[in-house]
Order: sequence, then structure tokens, then C-alpha cells
Amino acid sequence: MKVAGLSTLPPGRRATFSERLGGPLLLLAAVALAIFLLLPLGALLLGAIRDDAGAFGLARFAEFAATPGMATAVWNTLWVALAVTAITVPLAFVYAYAIERACLPLRGLWRIIGLSALLGPSLVGAIAFIQWFGTQGVLKAWLGETSVYGPVGIVMATVYASFPHALMILVVALATADGRLYEAADALSASRWRKFVTVTLPGARYGLISAALVVFAYSVSEFGIPKVIGGNFQVLAVEIYVQVVGQHNFGRGAVVALLLLLPVLLAFVIDWHLQRRQQSGLTARAVPYRPRPDWRRDLPLLFYCLLLTTAMLGVLGMAAYTSLVRFWPYNLELSLDHYVYGLAEAGVLDAWLNSLRIAGLTALLGTPFVFFTAWLLEKGQGGPAGLRPLVRALAALPMGVPGLVLGIGYILFFNGPDNPLNGLYHTLTIMVIATIVHFYTPCHLTAVTALKGIDREFEAVSASLKVSPFVTLWRVTLPVCLPAVLEIARYLFINAMTTVSALVFLYSPETLPASVAILNLDEAGELGPAAAMATLIVLTSATISLLYSLVTHLLFRRHQAWRQGQR
Amino acid sequence: MNLKHIVRSLAVAGFALAAALPAHADKTVLNVYTALETDQLKAYQEAFNKSHPDIEIKWTRDSTGIITAKLLAEKAKPAADVIMGVAASSMVVFDREKMLQPYAPANLKALNPRFRSAGATPTWVGMDVWGAAICYNVAEMQKQGLPRIESWKDLLKPEFKGKIVMPNPNSSGTGFLDVTAWLQMFGEKAGWDYMDKLHENIAVYTHSGSKPCVMAGAGEFPVGIAFEYRANTVRAKGAPIDIIFPKEGLGWDMESIAIVKGTAKLEAAKKLSDWATTREANELYAKNFAVVAMPGIATRLKYVPADYEQRLVKNDFEWMGKNRDAILAEWQKRYSTKSEPKK
Amino acid sequence: MAHLEITQLTKRYGAFVALEQIDLAVERGEFLVLLGPSGCGKTTLLRAIAGLERQDSGRIVHAGRDISQLSPALRDYGIVFQSYALFPNLSVADNVAYGLNSRRADRRLIHNRVEEMLELVGLPGSQPKYPAQLSGGQQQRVALARALATSPDLLLLDEPLSALDAIERVRLRSEIRSLQNRLGVTTIMVTHDQEEALAMADRIVVMRGGRIQQIGGPQEIYRAPGNDFVADFIGRGNLLDATGAGPQHVRIGDLLLRCAAPAGEGSHQRFYVRPEDIRLHDTLDQGENSFYAHVVKCEFLGAYSLVTLQAATGDGRPLVAQFSSNYLCGREIRPGATLRVGIPAEHLRPLPEAA
Repeated sequence: MKVAGLSTLPPGRRATFSERLGGPLLLLAAVALAIFLLLPLGALLLGAIRDDAGAFGLARFAEFAATPGMATAVWNTLWVALAVTAITVPLAFVYAYAIERACLPLRGLWRIIGLSALLGPSLVGAIAFIQWFGTQGVLKAWLGETSVYGPVGIVMATVYASFPHALMILVVALATADGRLYEAADALSASRWRKFVTVTLPGARYGLISAALVVFAYSVSEFGIPKVIGGNFQVLAVEIYVQVVGQHNFGRGAVVALLLLLPVLLAFVIDWHLQRRQQSGLTARAVPYRPRPDWRRDLPLLFYCLLLTTAMLGVLGMAAYTSLVRFWPYNLELSLDHYVYGLAEAGVLDAWLNSLRIAGLTALLGTPFVFFTAWLLEKGQGGPAGLRPLVRALAALPMGVPGLVLGIGYILFFNGPDNPLNGLYHTLTIMVIATIVHFYTPCHLTAVTALKGIDREFEAVSASLKVSPFVTLWRVTLPVCLPAVLEIARYLFINAMTTVSALVFLYSPETLPASVAILNLDEAGELGPAAAMATLIVLTSATISLLYSLVTHLLFRRHQAWRQGQR
Repeated sequence: MNLKHIVRSLAVAGFALAAALPAHADKTVLNVYTALETDQLKAYQEAFNKSHPDIEIKWTRDSTGIITAKLLAEKAKPAADVIMGVAASSMVVFDREKMLQPYAPANLKALNPRFRSAGATPTWVGMDVWGAAICYNVAEMQKQGLPRIESWKDLLKPEFKGKIVMPNPNSSGTGFLDVTAWLQMFGEKAGWDYMDKLHENIAVYTHSGSKPCVMAGAGEFPVGIAFEYRANTVRAKGAPIDIIFPKEGLGWDMESIAIVKGTAKLEAAKKLSDWATTREANELYAKNFAVVAMPGIATRLKYVPADYEQRLVKNDFEWMGKNRDAILAEWQKRYSTKSEPKK
Repeated sequence: MAHLEITQLTKRYGAFVALEQIDLAVERGEFLVLLGPSGCGKTTLLRAIAGLERQDSGRIVHAGRDISQLSPALRDYGIVFQSYALFPNLSVADNVAYGLNSRRADRRLIHNRVEEMLELVGLPGSQPKYPAQLSGGQQQRVALARALATSPDLLLLDEPLSALDAIERVRLRSEIRSLQNRLGVTTIMVTHDQEEALAMADRIVVMRGGRIQQIGGPQEIYRAPGNDFVADFIGRGNLLDATGAGPQHVRIGDLLLRCAAPAGEGSHQRFYVRPEDIRLHDTLDQGENSFYAHVVKCEFLGAYSLVTLQAATGDGRPLVAQFSSNYLCGREIRPGATLRVGIPAEHLRPLPEAA
């Protein structure tokens, strides 16, 4: 049975072909990430510090500072983001607390509805709030004399849109409690409030900070919402859009984009450091905390969840309703006019097909790339020194780069006439690539977590058995990590379907995506068709999510024999 | 669920998606930049393709200000072959930048001589006129007890504070023609004074010229400073609006067509330019606009008065083009920070 | 030349020295155990042999072939890890056949080989099961079968028993040893468990701080530790400082004891006594090398008792003795009691001066 596999190798070779492939492949991935992430950001920086004549200097910054209203825009952006953070984080914290630390019926349902805002573009909230609180809105009286067009509307819609992002983080933060601490507190007969202040809050503090930073960054870089509902309230994100799309002033756009990039990047660097500190705080001995029913805690929380879910369903419901009403507010007959005439007949339905294509390709191409790169990084060997830290940094960077900033970097970089990749500009390909890069970090982290979760000696064993690492990737690693892979695909698909920020700078008439079409429809005042398009996106995302749940469910049932304790 | 099956079905899905991408036949592809309304593009394209099936038009559509900025930004390496349905005031700017290819379309002689640029061979040719109109929501007027509107000056009444929407001239061609009309009608100083006061009453500046009338139609804001085509369609959809043509006179601009200098598809570009001056094309314009380039075709729009053409102000495109940058910069300086009304 | 010859192997991680100029020769068919506390370099040495870590300098020659620079796949060994590293999504049969498939061997042959290997490790008929359906010990047996299926020339075991419970561990260690005897495959095992090392090894390599402390058979290592560390690490022991007092006699505190080795008059010497070598005498028995000691503490541990004694050894260090329950015959030893104990001369083992 002993096969002389060794003697067939030419003398002097030190590694098999597939073993030597890992380094160069990882290098290739690093180059791809550099081209589609670092270079556009570099182009952005260059564009900001070079004036029209090509000379270096801070002239553009000075010019920017001197522009009337810019100080106002900076201030507006800042205080709106702070207000949004101050509202969203407590709202989401109590909601997450209700899901994780109370005994509510239908826990899964509250969770799904809490995350429902992720299914549509951020504009859904803006459109729905115009309908609820606008001049003709049913709830206009709630705002008194204040117009919804302006900071009030921006804050409301951004709170709605950023809520699920905070919720996801806080649910995780509250889910990983150490039950022993509560038992100790109970043993010391600590009061409910004291337990909350001394055990719950400190346990979730990293989650809270993380959620606050994410919401702040979201608000600072969100531009669809202020564009739709902001009226004439100036914020930096819209300013970028006006400068770049409206006036094709790329240099000025680059300056504003840099101004946006810095606080967001800073927020994520802080967050990253905190996350690293947090990991060491959790011990393997922790006992998961299981809440016991207690109506004095559960009933108010149930009521709270009901209130919030009603509001969230109200937003989605209003968007759907708007899409069905024949002529708001004078003819409230229901019809499919907006879908038929507003979208299909007007040729805007192509945008939805474009989005399907972009989302499909993003998931189809992005998932293998992300997973394979993570695999090369975690399980492979070889490549020049410093390559692995570089790839890790490149994979973490997109989290700190607002899509808007990435989009402008792409314009500046790929639209350069001297760039050999110039041909990509305005194509579907570049939009797919931009989307993959924009949402790279969470996908990468999912892949890395999955890869770290499996035995780290698989590669060593297969090497000893003379099996190529790629065979082991295909036969073992990939099947074991399949749930994570599907999760990445779903995440990429839904985000590609709903994102506006990077794509708004990159589309051409043939590649107009649905989410941007909403923006354009709204700009033309076509709120009905805009709502119809938003509803289509939400339905598509919901379908994909459902499909994902179904597939994972089947997967776990079929692999019951070996997928134990993996869920 | 076997991994191989999943991968296989994903691959099939991928190919299906790829196959669904627009296939390019052996056609001349003409890149046309336009500010025409989306709902007009389709009809024009279909009619053109009936006689020229070998030419495929790829539209790049945006509002006037944006298309103008885009063309100027791409000056060094133009992506457009033809500019169609863009304001004459912008064409003047392109002409000054030597971006346009002089060409006399086949039917030039049949057109009203006002609908062309000066010079022996025109660089741009007009298609139709679009001009200012005010959409006034009557239902809201009655509900809120607002005064009647007959003139531009009526808009300055304090009752209208926060009730008026108008397009931002930086992005909207309609906004620009309003501003230039006021400056030409009232004179420079009085024009800016008027806008200063109007600014006090404006609720929102929109980026598109269509949105104010749509918003007025939906009662979101009762008064929208708009243009007659959109006013007509909004009204036709059943919105309770009156279309008002202020008595001082109406600002207007001319949708026009031009060939971009240096285009590699000059022949196809000429064909489109020729078609745009045909009777057939003018009949299509006339469905949307009261005043078109070919005399004697214009049919009255249902909600636009017969004497519409006489109400238009005297317009100097050269002046508009020459001062475009300065006017927009001044406007931006004065009104871009609406959030803090000047005391 | 030895079957596996390691010369001057050195590996550093930054300032930390994992292996320092290791020289080691492993004979064909030998069962060698690398023993030491965590961080001593034993695992690094094993991984260097496997090619999973690349040494900074030094040479590894396996069966006459210099493999120092070869990747793992070009070396010839099978490996078993503490974590089993079984592929969870593959059946037991597929796991065992994993290294066989890639060689495109005949299906029939593979089938037979898997059957043979599973019988060898005592798991016949478990082919269709998945690893998650097996106990830890069974999983490790499968891992062993997988490593041996390709008939490697060298078997590397990285703490293979550490994840198992105590009973399973003892059972599997004798199985592995007898399997190795039968197959005659040269085996290197890493462990931190000295009992395991003593029970399984032909030779033990005791390591510490990246250096080899001592190499020898289990008896030798236990009976004659080469230095304080080995003495301390392998089993329990008592260290006695002595002064030579005539030929074959030494003075330890107030005690005058005979020793087997010649002792120079007045010279300082160190001796090492295993707890089980301390004898319990009748109180009045004045045999050779016997003396009185006070019981400080007594721990009953089932098969034997550990008794901490205080005797006139001079430095006040307690003496630990181990008396088997059998030997005590129910005699009770209470703290505070005085016992007569003795150290036979042949068990007073000289220990080199501490470095």
C-alpha cells in the first residue's frame, strides 16, 4: 500500500506546487484590494491637495473653509449625528434588553421586525416620514409648527435606518452575559436597579460604545435621507453629492469627502481597539445568563417592543401604502398605477433588474473572493513578510470608509484618462466591485470567525497525508463553513440591493440601480413610484432572507449527523 | 444539500444573470446627453429608431445643471456624441468653450429662424420652448385661505411664507430660466431684491424643475414655481391645481440639439440632428410644448393658454450664457443656506 | 547514522528562544517521548520535524534525506493532534481514507485498507459514522488510523491523550504502545505528563527552555535524573545537602549516612532520594541509615500515603516519604508522631551540582 509519492518529485524542490501557490494568491488578493480600495482613497487624497493646475497645496481646503454655509454644514452634520446617536442607542439598547434579558413571547418576531429596516434602502424611512408627518401627513399635528423637511425629518429617518445596526451590536453584547455575576448579585440581594447599573451596563459597555460609534458614523455619512427629507438643511454628505454629481467639482468633493472620512475612520479605529480589549475580558468559564419570567420587568418591555414594532411596521406599511395610492392625498383609491405606469411603463423597472444583477453578481463574486482571501490569510502560508498584517488591515479598512467617500474615490481614480482601468468606469462591473469593497469588512470578519472556529490542524493533517490544501479547502473547510458562506452571500446581496451611497456616483443610465432610481424619482417629485420601487426592494430582500433561512434550515437538518452544536 | 449542487446552481444562476445583461448587436451606439423629461425620452427614441433602426441611442439623463456640469467636466475627453434637449443657455456656454460641431441639419430652413445659434452654420438648433408657470393648489388655497396669485410680485405676500417651492438654478434649468427672467425683466438690482424677498417665503429649493409642481399638486406645498409642460401633466393627472402665468412675463429657455465636436460617430450624430428638425419630431415636441421650432405645428395644450408665446419675456441667450457662472455663484452665495434665514 | 538525525536545531520567535541548538538522534522503530512543561519547546521541536514550523538554523535528516527545507507535504510522516483534527463532515471511512484517495488508488484497495486500519485501532464497523458520533477516545483512534493508513515512515503524536478523560487516557496509551510495537513505526510523541512518558517511551527527552535536559530510558531518567530540573519534574523527590565524612559516608545535618558512591572527606555533595525509597522501620529498629523523624502531615491517597516528615537533616527542609497502603497494613500515621525511617544506601543518589 505504500506508494512512493515522494520519489517522483524532482530533486531540489522544497514544496509542492499547491503549497507554494498560497503566498502568491494572497498577494494577488492584496493587490486587488489595494487597487480597489487603497488607490481610490489615494486618488481622493491627491484630488483634495492638488488644485486645478496640478500644484500641491491646501488651496482647496482654504477655498472650502471660505465657502459660505460650509461651517453651518459641518455643524449641522455634527449635531444631527449626535442627536441621532443619543436617540438610537438608548432605544436600541432597551429593545435589545427586552429581546435578550427578558422573557417575552415571540422573541424571534420582535427581533426580525427590529431588524426590518435593513431590508430596504435608507430612503424608505425618509419617504414614509414625509407621508406620515409632511404637510398632508396624518400625524402632522405631532410636530406642531415644525416642518418635517429639515433636521426633524433627518433625525427621525436616520434613527429608523440606523436602529437595526445598533440593535445587532447590542443584542450580541447583551447575549454574552456571565450568569455567575447575576447569581453573585442575587446572593448579595442587590436591587434590580443596582444589578442593572453594576452588572448589566458594565457588561455591555463595549457594545454600547461600539453601537454609538457605528450609529454616529452612519449618520455622518448618510446622504440619501437628508437629500429626500432634509429640505434646505445643509449637511456635508449632501454637499458632496451636490459638488460631485451636481457641479462635477471633483476636487471640492474630495475635500468634503476627506472631511467625512476622518471622523468615521477615527470612530472605527477607536471601536477596533475597544473590541480587542473586550475579547480578553470574556472567559471560557462564563455561564450563560438565562432570564427568569418576571412580569414587572417583562410587561413594560413587551409594551415597549409593541410600540416600537408598530412604529417600524408603520414606516414600511406607509411606504407600501404610498406605492398603492392612486393620487396622494386627493384620491386614496388603491391601484397598481405606480408600479405599472410609474415604473414599468416609464422604463424604470429596468433599475430593479439592474439591482438584481448587481446584487446577484456581488453575492456570487464577492462571497468566493472574501472567503478564499480569508482562507489564504488564516490557513495558508507563504508570501512576503508583512503581507498578512497588510491584508488584515486592508480587510478592516472598508468599515471606516463611508460609501460616499469610496464612490468619489472611484470616480477620481477610475475616471482618470491615464488609468488603464478607465474602461471599467460606469460599468456594472465597477459597481459590483465597489459594493463588494464597501461591505467587505463584516463579510471578512464572518469568514475569519468561521475559519477560526474549525480545528486549526486540518491543513497540517492534510499536508502530512500529502493532500493539497486546496483539496482540503474544497472537501472539508468549505462544507464546514457553508453556513457562514451563505450568510456572507445573503449579507452582500441585501446590501447591494439597498445601498445608495457608493453607487450613486458610479452608475450610468443603463446600470441605474433601483436604490438610486428611488432617489431620482423622489427628485422628480414622483413619490408614488419611488415608494413602489422601495417596496419592490424590500420584498426582494425579504424573499432572499427567507430563502436563506430555508436553505440553512435544510442544511442543518441534512447535516444533523455532523453539524452538532454548530448553530 | 450537497455543496456541489449548491455551487452548480449558483453557477447556473450566475450565467443566467450574465446572459441577462444587455446584449449589444452590431449597431452604432450614440451617446446622447439630455435633460429631457424621462417620460418624453421613450417616444422620441421610438420614433427615431423607426427611421434609423441601425442607430442605438444611449441616454445619459439628468437635470440641466447637472448635465451642463457633466459636459463641462468631461470637456477634455467628451463621452457624449450628441447633446439633445438641453437648454440653449447652456449650449451658449458649450459654444463659448468650442465644444460644439457646427452643422446645418437638413430641415434647418423649415424652422423658425429664432431656433438656431447665430453664424452661417449653426452650432446648435432649437427644438421647442419651455417656460415658467406657477402651479397653485386650489384645494389648499381654499383650505388655508391663501390670496390669489396673478403676478410674480404676489408671491412676496407674507401669507406665502413657507408655502412656496422653487427649483435650485444650480441644478435645474427651470430654476435658471426663472432667475434670468427676473434679472432681465426687473433689472439686475431689482431682480436680486425680488429674489431676496422671495427667499423669505421659499420652503424648499428642489434640485429638479419638475418637483415643485408635483409637490404643489400633492398639496405638500401649495405653490410650485415650475414650467408649463410639467404643470400640464400634473394637472392632467387630476391634481387640484391652477396653472398661473404671471402677468409680468414668463422666463423661458429653448431645448436644443447639438453635435459634440470630435465625436467618432459624426454620421450617426448628423442623422439624429436631421431627424430632430423633421416635421415628425416637431409634432412630437408639440405634444409636450406649446411653442416648437417648426412654425404652424404647435397644438394648444389643454391647460396652457393660446397666447402663451406672447407672454414670454425677451430673452438674450448670449447674455444668459455669458453670465451663467456669475449668476449661479451669486445665487449660491445669497440663498444656499436656507436653514438660517437672514434677519 | 540514526534514522532521524537532528543537528543544532534553533528556532526563535523574536526574543523568545523556542529551540536552542537541539541535537537529537532517533533510532528506527523507537518510541521517543518529548517531555517537559509548557513552553519548553517540545511541541516546536515536533512541529519542526513535521515541517509545520521552519527552524532558523540546523539540520533535520530523515532516513538519509535532508528534509530541513522541505514543506510538510514532501516529508514522510503521519501526525495525530491533541484535538484529533478529524474532518467533521466526512465519515470515519472517508477520514481514514483521506490520504489514500489523492493517490488515486483502487477503490477496493482503499476500502480494504480502511477496514484493516479500523480493526487495528479497535473500531471495526464504524466506517459510516461521523466523528461527532464518537467518544473522544474513539475519535483519537480514528485519527491514529488515518495517520497510519498511508504507512508513514514516522509517526508524530502531539499530546494525543491530553484531551481524554483519565480512564480513557490510560487505556489508549497502552493500546498506542502495543500498536507501535506491532507496526514497528518510529514514533515521536510530545507530552507534558511524566507518567505517560514513563509508561510509553523507549527513551524520554526531557526539555526545558528550548534545551534538552536529559535523554534516557524511563528507568534511567527516573532513577538518575541528570539535574535538579529533571529530578523535580519527574516524580517527587527530596534533595539533601551533604558533606563527605570518610569513605562511603556522608553527613547530612546531624545524620551520618552510608552511601553507595565514594564520598571525598569534607567535600560538598548533593543527594536525591525518591519518596518511595524511604523505608519505615519499627520504632526500635536501629538498622543502617535509619533515624527518627516527626510526622508533620499525612495525606492518604488511596493506594499510598504521602507523609511529610521533619528530621535532623540540618537545613529544616521537610522530607517527603511515600508509604504504600499495602506496606502500612492499616497502621495509622498521625501528625506529631515520631517514626523511625531509613534511606537504604543504594537509594541515596548523587545529583550533580546545580548549574
